[in-house]
Amino acid sequence: MNALARTPLAPATAAHSYLDQLEAESIHIMRETVAECDKPVMLYSIGKDSSVLLHLAMKAFYPGKPPFPLLHVDTTWKFREMIEFRDRRTRELNVDLMVHINQEGVQRGIGPITHGSELHTDVMKTQGLRQALDLNGFDAAIGGARRDEDKSRAKERIFSFRNAHHRWDPKRQRPEPWRLFNAHKRKGESIRVFPLSNWTELDVWLYIHRENIPVVPLYFAKPRPVVERNGTLIMVDDDRLPLEPGETPQIRNVRFRTLGCYPLTGAVESEAATVEDIIRETLDSRFSERQGRVIDKDGSASMERKKQEGYF
Amino acid sequence: MNIHVSDPVSDSLNDIAAPSVIDRDAVISHHEAKSLLRFMACGSVDHGKSSLLGRLLYDAGLVLDDQIETLRKDSGQLTGAVEDLDFSLLFDGLAAEREQKITIDLAYRFFATDKRKFIVADAPGHEQYTRNMATGASTADLALILVNAQSGLTQQTRRHALIAATLGVRHLVVAVNKMDLVGYAQATFAAIEREFRAFADRLGAAAITFIPVSARKGDNVVKRSAAMDWYRGPTLLDKLETVDVTPRAAHQAFRMAVQWVSRPTPDFRGYCGMIAGGEVRPGQEIVVQPSGQRTTIDQIITANGALDRAGVGQSVTLTLTDDVDVSRGDLLAEAEAPAQVSDRIAARIFWMGQGTFSPGGRYHIKLGTATAAAYVAGPMQLIDLADDAAIKPAERLMSNEFGLCHLELDRPLAADRYDQNRETGSFILIDAETHDTVAMGLIENAGTAEPAAAPVKTSLLGKAVMRVARLFGANESHTRSIAKAMSWRATGSLDTFMIGWFITGNPTIAGSIAGTEIATKIALYYCHERAWALVPWGRR
Repeated sequence: MNALARTPLAPATAAHSYLDQLEAESIHIMRETVAECDKPVMLYSIGKDSSVLLHLAMKAFYPGKPPFPLLHVDTTWKFREMIEFRDRRTRELNVDLMVHINQEGVQRGIGPITHGSELHTDVMKTQGLRQALDLNGFDAAIGGARRDEDKSRAKERIFSFRNAHHRWDPKRQRPEPWRLFNAHKRKGESIRVFPLSNWTELDVWLYIHRENIPVVPLYFAKPRPVVERNGTLIMVDDDRLPLEPGETPQIRNVRFRTLGCYPLTGAVESEAATVEDIIRETLDSRFSERQGRVIDKDGSASMERKKQEGYF
Repeated sequence: MNIHVSDPVSDSLNDIAAPSVIDRDAVISHHEAKSLLRFMACGSVDHGKSSLLGRLLYDAGLVLDDQIETLRKDSGQLTGAVEDLDFSLLFDGLAAEREQKITIDLAYRFFATDKRKFIVADAPGHEQYTRNMATGASTADLALILVNAQSGLTQQTRRHALIAATLGVRHLVVAVNKMDLVGYAQATFAAIEREFRAFADRLGAAAITFIPVSARKGDNVVKRSAAMDWYRGPTLLDKLETVDVTPRAAHQAFRMAVQWVSRPTPDFRGYCGMIAGGEVRPGQEIVVQPSGQRTTIDQIITANGALDRAGVGQSVTLTLTDDVDVSRGDLLAEAEAPAQVSDRIAARIFWMGQGTFSPGGRYHIKLGTATAAAYVAGPMQLIDLADDAAIKPAERLMSNEFGLCHLELDRPLAADRYDQNRETGSFILIDAETHDTVAMGLIENAGTAEPAAAPVKTSLLGKAVMRVARLFGANESHTRSIAKAMSWRATGSLDTFMIGWFITGNPTIAGSIAGTEIATKIALYYCHERAWALVPWGRR
């Protein structure tokens, strides 16, 4: 890698580039949420989208602090580097962070390796999220999901309603003309708000680059211990990952395009060590982002079903 | 998303010593500075909309390998030409849609070329899903309307064009598809263009472009068609990449609806919002509407520092020089060109609710960031999309119908005409019981008596009188009735005084009779005048 390639780039000078418009729209959505809802919370999953979301929240309420806490639903299987980053970043920005772990799931010993990805995700992530929202009485949860991630997400509204059981009904969605969001809730309903709906993976990286936003180092390629299973590279992040007979971790130069629970997140071999490198790699990639995720492959309409059950 | 970059900047740099480095950095800055086009794609059911969008993405190199693989799996075609793949499977997201093979809900798609980022509102064609199309049109700058060259214009095509134009979409691009199936005949294309232009006067100011394409073969989508050398206009992608995207509201007066009041410390008070019209500078004089208080902009605050100007589409925090009362729902407007303020608005309504929409209905209205209670007043008219938007009297609107009516609000709100500003001229109606969004509203006029009048301060009594009088629905203005009453009274009272003085010989008595009757008779005359205004008899 050429040293010159890492020279910091000047920020874009165009006053009204599309990134400016996406940023302004996301800020508008966050402010609208705070103005219309009683007790909002921001879901913080530590990934790049959450990093962008947090950055936008800091901008939206400047010179004040975001008037809502951050909530991380910890499945206890996140990469160690993610947890370190989470704690450091929230301390630096001096924002409120709440961490929720589904204790019932912990007592039952639920894990991705012993119980499979589907049950683990349902108990630790979906149920965990529902518990945390109900326990604290949050009526709106701001999240970093994007419409380009999945076909069913492409049809989801920016203000997306969940019934008392946190179910999403794709057939009962309210139209959202202009920028007029209707945040009126029926009894027991809560709202998921998606300020990054109109962003793509490339937009997120270009914005991270332009705004110099810190992200978890796992996004950048470096030699890491991995094992290859069914064509997916799984990082051996701690000693909870049982090795199959004859399997030894190999050191490969890898990075992650998305971050989740480490046994469920596939790494890609890559040389991209900087944000600029990642942007170039994204521009040249022939594969979509969630390809590395094990949970999305559970069935063709799996995301739609998970969402209906209350998955974020 | 994947983009093939081949811009002149990077090409010309290839022969410099360390080209890759400079080239790559330039590429990144170039991508960051791109513009954005929001467009809507619509068309009748079998006119090939999904195929055209699929072809557009495929030829622009934006369909990824794993997506093609999934597509092959889903369409049961593991081999064969890409042309034969069912691109609609790439798009239709919900399980119910894949089963029925139709698009039900509005979907948003994203793609980017080296010139622009595109947000596509992919709208279903069926009439019962018109609300999804209207929603997509509300934020679109361009509407791509598909026409099948074999079957020509249909009722739905006209309907889609009318909806797009009504919602203020400025550019209509009519893609005449399946040209390969009509032998690439110029005459077929020209006939469709002629037929479309014949009703284009119904489409207001929208600019119309016609492009002959073949989604299946790729003609004039991204690549210029060799088979249609008679066509000299832009390809579809050319058009999308070059059309003007400056918002119309950029040329209008300054507007910003206050979203949220920021008070992080006791001595800071900032007003947050997105600029909906014109631009704003520190020192600019503004008016807070509907209250009408005037003040001046102190600072434009953003996390990146204070700005010396901000324009349409920017989310900012404004501070004011005076300690005036401003809260969420207020509109900050240019002092010399304020918005209209009224508790009665004339609007185009697009009804999306389950039941009917008729006079007497009560809803919540959300206009900008303001909310109020709204009461539907008559008379109501239907805009018949099946009859080229002819306006007809109607008792009620059914779901997916456009109409005209008046709304009475429980408090005055500030607004503009929709054709002047899409943001400050639009509203939604919310059902008080179900909380659903049941109507879209486009403001025709938010004035009270005189449409041209800027905010008129009416006294409380005047307002009460006008409200009573309005119930009579007279078609002569109230100001005119009052003026007539006064001029008549001046003449009459002078006459009374002269007669009284002549008969009694006492000017004081004559004066008090005339003085008393001024008050009583002005009122009598006004009522008399309004009563006559109700009687159509004898009018020519």
